[in-house]
Formats: sequence, structure tokens, C-alpha cells
Amino acid sequence: MSEYNSSAIEEFSGIWVFCEQRDGKLMPTDFELISEGRKIADQRGCELTGLLLGSDVEGIAAELGGYGADKVIVCDDPALKVYTNEAYTNVVCDMVKERKPEVLLFGASNIGRDLAPRCAARLHTGLTADCTHLDIDMNTYVDFLDKNSNVDVANEKFKMEDVNLKMTRPAFGGHLMATIICPRFRPCMSTVRPGVMKKNEYDSAAAQKCAVEVVKPGIDEKELHEKVLEVVKEAKELVDLVGADVVVSIGNGASKDVEKAKALAQELADALGGGVVGSSRALVDAGLMSADRQVGQTGKTVHPKVYVALGISGAIQHKAGMQNSELIIAVNKNGSEPIFEVADYGLVGDLFKVVPEMITAIKAAK
Amino acid sequence: MKIYVCVKQVPDTSGVVAVNPDGTMNRSKMPTIINPDDLNAMEAALTFKDQNEDCKVVAISMGPPQAAEMMRELLAMGADEAVLISGREFGGSDTFATSQIVAAGIHHMGLEKEDMIFCGRQAIDGDTAQVGPQIAEKLHLPQVTYAVDIQKDGDTLTVRRALEDGYMKIQVQTPCLITCIKELNEPRYMTVKGVLECDEMPFTILDYEALKDEPLIEADTIGLKGSPTNIFKSFNPPVKGVGMMLEGTEKEMANDLAARLAEKHVI
Repeated sequence: MSEYNSSAIEEFSGIWVFCEQRDGKLMPTDFELISEGRKIADQRGCELTGLLLGSDVEGIAAELGGYGADKVIVCDDPALKVYTNEAYTNVVCDMVKERKPEVLLFGASNIGRDLAPRCAARLHTGLTADCTHLDIDMNTYVDFLDKNSNVDVANEKFKMEDVNLKMTRPAFGGHLMATIICPRFRPCMSTVRPGVMKKNEYDSAAAQKCAVEVVKPGIDEKELHEKVLEVVKEAKELVDLVGADVVVSIGNGASKDVEKAKALAQELADALGGGVVGSSRALVDAGLMSADRQVGQTGKTVHPKVYVALGISGAIQHKAGMQNSELIIAVNKNGSEPIFEVADYGLVGDLFKVVPEMITAIKAAK
Repeated sequence: MKIYVCVKQVPDTSGVVAVNPDGTMNRSKMPTIINPDDLNAMEAALTFKDQNEDCKVVAISMGPPQAAEMMRELLAMGADEAVLISGREFGGSDTFATSQIVAAGIHHMGLEKEDMIFCGRQAIDGDTAQVGPQIAEKLHLPQVTYAVDIQKDGDTLTVRRALEDGYMKIQVQTPCLITCIKELNEPRYMTVKGVLECDEMPFTILDYEALKDEPLIEADTIGLKGSPTNIFKSFNPPVKGVGMMLEGTEKEMANDLAARLAEKHVI
């Protein structure tokens, strides 16, 4: 292995995606990331590699090929069965130092956000958190700006030969978007929010062609300083706010009968094609809704096809979590609430009266 | 035993957000608060102090001189000592450079076998959750993030770490770094006694001069110049056209909406 120097950027090539497994199963974010990685690898004209750590996980590796990976490196060791920061950081950094990928992506899960910053610090490179858009090619980046920003791209000069990974993320709760680059060091690293990137169509022929290389890092467990005593799955109902096509959220306007509002919201979500019920921070802070349903800056960021805000005033921190939804419908008693500034359609009225009519009308119109 | 609590002063975005003409946030016009998750880290440290007479809590922050006010608040809450790392040379740091500097500050003050570093999971102005783990890496310490429960027995720490679908119980040895989330505890307020006494308590400013001999402090690892990441471009999302307010009775509005959704093939 030649000396590792993160600033010798010309020595680095290839796109890598860290693929997370729990209980020997790949995570849905892996497929989104591999799909996004495919896009970037095609822009760069290079290979896309999945990096999978675990114990006896060789068998699940090829599935990543079905979403676009050319190759999967499986680091197999009993000590990697369950995630620990220490062992995973050691193995990921050793692999990067040996093979020198140009780009390394992680899912922004509780594990990805524990591992990626530590690796970036050790590898002496930059890391951009929670990205919502990635590009290498300048043409596609300018095209993205044209469609998704108020930048007048026709009258702006861009350095078209730029090949840095352009990592775009909401800054300050979505008031502003920022594109970050890491020009002097490699790999360019970013974490990507779950549910943001589009998953490719699964291609079983590609999965069969995917090359799988098994690496045995040979970890001495006695050398590790971190011990996992147990992993407990809580039998709580998982609320997939981020991945839902329809999110119907309730706020303070629902506080007189939250249970009823919740039932109405679910029924409306079902009428709109199926979805989940979200909540404003106010109801979560009041203990009326569980924290996993919270939409907003301190909760989840969602961008469903349809977002319905019922009895939500639209504080900035709430808008930060939902304003990029494709279509927004707001129902509120007070027509001057800020939620109507981001809504495509506004209905002024009591949600307990309006929503049953909405359900009836939508069912009838289908 | 010493517990360092890493704290950040952030603009309060729960109220009115002041906006510059170019759409960026005007931080100087906004009230500041102690970053919410950092208060949970502070509470966790103070809980240890309540139970252990020999436990010393040191609040540490990096920021402009105005952050001194926040440091006084932390003393009033019960910190034994407050340290503000502040200097022009440190400005413009990204998470890599920030963690480099804060790690240097902690190294400068010393870290013993039973000591710990508590951080909030993430700051509400950047939402990166990167500085905690990066401080741990630079000080070669074990880390546990997303802590919802912390038990200490001698130099062994048992931490419950939240996962999206449950939790894991992790054992590490001190010294180590823990990042805290709001489910961990309920932060306390300043005490009257604390407010009256905080002006007399030890408050230190560490500037570049004080830290320049630390091995982690080098011109190419701190400040804007030492930051691996740069802003390539910042922009506003396109302005959304003003939405349409539907009119009529509840039934009429609902029918109007359904017709429009059907026309757009949403339903």
C-alpha cells in the first residue's frame, strides 16, 4: 500500500457506497444510495462499488448489483455482525486507504451519522451531512439549479470542467439551499437523507453480473474498546413519514380531540391513495402525538407527493420540514396563517367539519 | 472526575427569522439560545455532579466573544467552569476544523482516565451531528452517539444508544465521548443563587495564542483555510406561486378540491 495522502486527489477514483445491514438484511436506503451512486458513476464514467460490512453477508451482496452496483466489497468478520463505531471505522478507513475511492456515500441513519464523521476525521477529508441532491457533471448540476432554484443560470458563468462532487443540502432549516464541495481532499464524503434519492428499477440480470469480492479483515475482538451488550428491537409501530407518498399532519387545531383528528387524518390519507399521519411540534411537545410523527426542523423532513396540513399554523420550523412537498393542501380556521403561504390549495374552516367533506368528495371523484 | 460539556450558541429559529436581502439568514438580528441538545448534555453532566462530590463540570464552547453571555448562563446552571474558545484564526471553520480546535482546547486542559466529554447530538443551525464524533476521533476516544441513558460504574460506562427501530446497549471505558438526545433527560433552569454568583465564577477565554502550541492546531487544519469543505453555491428554492384559496361552504370547498386533484391526476 502506498502512503495514504488525502490531498493527492489524482490518485483517487471510483464511487463507493457504504451499504448498511442490520440483522444480516440490507436497509432500504442502501438501494436508494446505490441508485444515486450509479447516476454519479455514469456522470464520471467510473465504477460503482458497494462496501458491505458484516458477518456471513456475502449472500445478500449481489442484490445491490440489481440497483446499479458494478461490484460489492464484502468485509466479513464475526466482529462486524453488529455495528460498533470502532470496528466499522477501522475497517472502512483501512479499505479507503488501500483502494482510494474518489467518492464515499453513507445513508444518514443513526448508524451512518455515527460512522461517517469519524471516518472523515480519520481520513482527513470533508463530509457534508444530509444531502438531498448530488452531482459531479456540471451540465446536470446547472440543469438542476435551473429547475430547483431562483438562480438565473443563463446569466451566470460556471466553471464547466469542475469535477468535484457537488453536494446540495438544505441550510438553516430549509430557508436556503447550499451546495458544498470538498476540492482539496478525497474521498468526497456525504451522508444522504433516507427517502430522498430515487431507487432504480431492480434488474435481476445486473444482479447476476455483479462482482462480489470478500475481504477478511481479521479483527481481534480483544483489541476492541467498545462492546455491544444487546440490541433491542422495539415492537413499536414504525412510522415511515419520510418514505410516504401522502402525509396528512395535524396541529394545534386538532387539540380539542386529537384521537378523532388522527382518525380523520388517516382516513383522508387513505382516500388520497394511502399514507401516514404526521404532527406539528406543538402536539408532540404536549405529549399528544409521538415524536416519530413530528414533521419539521427538529423532526422529519418530508417531501411526499401530497402533504395536507390540518389545523397547523405553519411556523418556520414546521415549513422547513414540508415545504418541498410536491403538492400542499392546508386547512385552517384562520385564513391568514402562514401555512397558506406555502399551500397550493387553502381551505378556511374547522378541520373537524372540512375533512369529512374532503374524504367524501375525494372518494366520489376517483 | 471531570466532565467537559461541548456547547454551541445558535440563533433561535422558533420565532421570527431575520432574512437578509439575498435570502440568507441575518444572524446578528436574531436572538440566540443555547443549542437544545446541548442542554441535555449539560443536564447529564450536572446529574453526575449531583451524585458525585468530586465531579467537576466544565462547559466548553467555540464562538465569537458574544457567546460569553451563554457561558455565564451555563455557570448559573451549575457548571464549575466555563471556557470559550474564541479567535479570528478560528473563524469560518467547518465541522472538521471546529472539532480540531475544540479537541485541542480539551487536550490543553487535560483529560484524565475517568473523564468524559458530553455533546448534544447536533446543533439546530447546521444539523450535521458531526462535531461530536470528530472530536472523539481527534482525541482517540471511544464514542457513543444518540444516548438515551448513561450509567457509570468506575471507568466503565453503559450507554443506551437510540436506533430508528429500537436501541443498543453499549459498554465503553472512560475517557470517552457521548452525544445526547432530548429523550435523555429534562434540562434544568438556572438557579437564583447561580445567577447571583456566576459573575464571580471561573470563566476563561482560550484564544489562538493560548492554543497555538497544541499539536492539533496548525494553520492548515483550522479556520476557513483549514476546512476541507467549501460552499460552492448557495441559493433559494424557487419562489412558490401564491396558492389558491378555495371558497364556499365546507362541501363546496371539498368538491372544488377533489375536482382539481382529479384534473391533476393526483387522485
